[in-house]
Amino acid sequence: MAQKGIREYDAKRLLAKAVPQYSDGKLRFDGRLVLVSPETDLAALAEEEPWLKQEKLVVKPDQLFGKRGKNKLLLVNADFDTVKAWIDERMNKQVTIEQTTGEATGTLAHFLVEPFVPHEEEYYLAFTSKRDMDVIHFSLHGGVDIEEVWDTVVTIEVPVTADPAGIDVLSHLPDIANKEAIAQFIKVLYTIYCDYYFAYLEFNPLAFSNGAVVPLDTVAKLDDTAAFQCAEKWGKIEFPKAFGSTASMEEAYIASLDEKTGASLKLTLLNPKGRVWTLVAGGGASVIYADTVVDLGYGNELANYGEYSGNPTTELTYEYTKTILDLMTRKPDPQGRPKYLLIGGGIANFTDVAKTFTGIIKALEEYKDKLRENHVKIYVRRGGPNYKEGLENMRRLGERIGVPLEVYGPETHMTRIVSLALEEAR
Amino acid sequence: MKDYELFSKDTKAFIYGAQTRAVQRMLDFDFMCRKDSPSVVAMITPERGGFEKFFWGTKEVRIPRLTSIADATAQYPEADVMVNFASQRSAYDLTVEALDTDTIRTVVVIAEGVPERRERKLAAMAKAKGKWIIGPATVGGVKAGAFKIGNAAGTMQNIREAKLYRPGSVGFVSVSGGLSNEGYNVLARNTDGLNEGIAIGGDAFPGSTLLDHLLRYEKNPDVKMMVCLGELGGTAEYEIADAVKDGRLTKPLVMWVTGTCAKVLPGQVQFGHAGAKADSTAETADAKNDALREAGVIVPNSFDDYHEKIKETYERLVSEGTITPAEEFESPNIPIDYAQAVAEGLVRKPTNFISTICDESGEVHNYCGVPIDEVIGKNYGIGGVIGLLWFKKDIPTYAREFMEMVLQIIADHGPAVSGAHNTIIAARAGKDLISSLVSGLLTIGPRFGGAVNGAAEHFLYGLRSNMAPREFVAHMKLKNVRIQGIGHRLHTVENPDKRVELMIGYAKAHFHKTELLDYAQSVEQVTTQKKNNLILNVDGCIGVLLVDLLKELKFSDPEIDEMIDAGLFNALFVLGRSIGFMGHYFDQKRLKSGLYRHPLDDILYDVPERPEKVG
Repeated sequence: MAQKGIREYDAKRLLAKAVPQYSDGKLRFDGRLVLVSPETDLAALAEEEPWLKQEKLVVKPDQLFGKRGKNKLLLVNADFDTVKAWIDERMNKQVTIEQTTGEATGTLAHFLVEPFVPHEEEYYLAFTSKRDMDVIHFSLHGGVDIEEVWDTVVTIEVPVTADPAGIDVLSHLPDIANKEAIAQFIKVLYTIYCDYYFAYLEFNPLAFSNGAVVPLDTVAKLDDTAAFQCAEKWGKIEFPKAFGSTASMEEAYIASLDEKTGASLKLTLLNPKGRVWTLVAGGGASVIYADTVVDLGYGNELANYGEYSGNPTTELTYEYTKTILDLMTRKPDPQGRPKYLLIGGGIANFTDVAKTFTGIIKALEEYKDKLRENHVKIYVRRGGPNYKEGLENMRRLGERIGVPLEVYGPETHMTRIVSLALEEAR
Repeated sequence: MKDYELFSKDTKAFIYGAQTRAVQRMLDFDFMCRKDSPSVVAMITPERGGFEKFFWGTKEVRIPRLTSIADATAQYPEADVMVNFASQRSAYDLTVEALDTDTIRTVVVIAEGVPERRERKLAAMAKAKGKWIIGPATVGGVKAGAFKIGNAAGTMQNIREAKLYRPGSVGFVSVSGGLSNEGYNVLARNTDGLNEGIAIGGDAFPGSTLLDHLLRYEKNPDVKMMVCLGELGGTAEYEIADAVKDGRLTKPLVMWVTGTCAKVLPGQVQFGHAGAKADSTAETADAKNDALREAGVIVPNSFDDYHEKIKETYERLVSEGTITPAEEFESPNIPIDYAQAVAEGLVRKPTNFISTICDESGEVHNYCGVPIDEVIGKNYGIGGVIGLLWFKKDIPTYAREFMEMVLQIIADHGPAVSGAHNTIIAARAGKDLISSLVSGLLTIGPRFGGAVNGAAEHFLYGLRSNMAPREFVAHMKLKNVRIQGIGHRLHTVENPDKRVELMIGYAKAHFHKTELLDYAQSVEQVTTQKKNNLILNVDGCIGVLLVDLLKELKFSDPEIDEMIDAGLFNALFVLGRSIGFMGHYFDQKRLKSGLYRHPLDDILYDVPERPEKVG
């Protein structure tokens, strides 16, 4: 939703197309680059892209993580055969990388290969957006962790309503060779940044070689809500998941249901051994339920985060509930302690509560034996259209299936069932 | 109206988009607040103008539909709010247009997925003009007892339970629209209720911020305390902390920032809202709650005691005399909508129509109980579909194929026959497809194409009366009735009609018995003795074989009679021949044939000099 990271390959591909267009052909941007995935036939690729065998090359993984040099995942100034061997050695291998947000473990599957460009100067250039302005950052000290040399960075603030073509870059730049060409290049890039609905664009480092600007490392995010008006500009674009985020079978299943419907179904598995499970209606409410479990000191017992909303059909709520119940009742707690299922939600605007409960009730009914085996206690809280009937149906279900089940309506504070369950657990 | 007020009891608004349900909900709210007139003055719907009917209590009122913002503002300069329901694609342009008018001061943008750059431009434009944007990606908000935006605050039952029909003392602002009802509920149960509530929307750059609305509440003397619900992601909450510290916000503020669970979630989980993602420690919920607490905002320990903090604060203000609890007010009843009453099992009514052949009301529509995907998947074909929709039976393959064979055989019989001729004449007169087709179909009757039914009827009559063929022919002659389905212009015994031979061959190969055909053929033997072209013709053959087929399919005699009576046999002719008629229509259109005028020398003019005078 909204800001999404894209591959360096895609970022450079877009810019290689846009830069000549936006500069009336005056500026060049090397578009020679290839993305290598497990399906790529490198030998065949070398036929299509002859430069691969003519130039010295650079190769690195292209999977939304940086610090590739530090993580020893960068090869420069190598010939095609060396690059090929280097990729073969790493493709589909699991690695753990270090980045500013911590460690991540994942599988290498995409590599960017481009010509090696000898250069001397390494600059830093980035475009970011704030509420009422865009900010252009430029420094002569690129190629390092920019936070460490932040006092060398000049910033140019551009009001969001300004015309990108009219901005003044030149007077902000430090005295350097090729200053005018660089200013011109920044201006063109900024226009593209706006027109292509980039949300973030960073070159670190950016080199200048033979009169052309050469971005060595590029990080970019697009605003994916602009897809409808950028369809032609972007072409076919992929928004890869963050490195190392792999979905379990169940998460993938719920994601596949979510894609097929206008309603929303989300599931993130946190700790399958946890004893507190949530089945909550509404994006806002689901966060608050998870918050409250954590705030009351039971974060380590929180088994999942998820939500259903947007009036899913009975069939979908049934499938969603079943998936959670299945995960929840695979194994009783080793110490024989009870597990807690929180069927929560705020006061719905227009969703018929009784109707959405139908699918949940059907699934609970099916799992009654497993629920009992796992000592599950259920707490329900919900309001909105037809909630009385929905809650009454739940109450009767509890009696019918012989599972302890407490039911509350809007007269009870939304997260009260969290504290009730956790008090019990204590 | 004061600059800190966006809505009052007299606010008039435009609704952009054909959102009739939202308009009705706004009118119901107005009525519940005992207002004199609806808050919606017009809907703006570019696709058409005119009027739309709505309920005002139990009565109905008309609300105009106008086709442009310019029209709307010219006719209703008193309206200063536009609730913009346009899609993410056009929401931006329309909001800009509304901001450019002299009279619209507040635009509520409902659409989700407006690009951030556009949102930011909207916010900047509104600010420059001293106007307000609420949203995008919001349900809106409500000014208790005064004005409700679109679908905000949910059902009438919820509005009643949360006492939104009269103002209380609390100003509320949240990011999430989904949780605003919960917020209003909490206020109704722990304070004297809501004064005004706004959901700013979950995007990273909403048109107006939490702080913008809190600053309005600060200035509004009717708001005695403020309640706010923030979210992780972004830094808007720090601006609130700053405003408390530097004295721009002085009224008691109870606030909680949701998303404290993010720390136990793996990696960077994106919650439901676009803005709900912490990109740095400062943007986490914990950091923001701490900063607010430090600034002097009343921050609970978790959402679980949010309501208690609200209650404590409210009661303190009452005991200090700052708040005089709002007076209760009896709001008029809003009649329940029929659809809702049905859903709740409160009313019933007899139906005016019955359908026993198909049902499109479920998730997959069906033909006589067979879901449409199965109809295709199991190759029912046109014949099988006719079985389902005409006979209400799942007929076997040979029967389906027979039907289809009949349809192919009778699809066309040249341009000269009356039906095709009529179609061609109509087409050449410049008429459309339907008119030309119908013009041809209207000729089908006892003399043209109608013989299928007639033949079935006649031969059945003979067979059932146990008349020998010769006796039957004599009997009909005596009654001066031409036996339907006998006789052909060209074909004779010696030069048989291929079509008839095909059908008979098929029937003999697939039916167990062909009783009526056998009878008709023995009648044919009698008639062809008189004249060799008095053979069983195509219509006759279809008629008798259909009867035989229906018997084969175990239909009873009374059922078959009922079908003949209803013209069901002719229906096959109508259906098949429509293919031909439409073919002739397209043919004429492609040929660009001009108007047909019949040559005068082909008409005998035999008109008397003067008419005979009578009477």
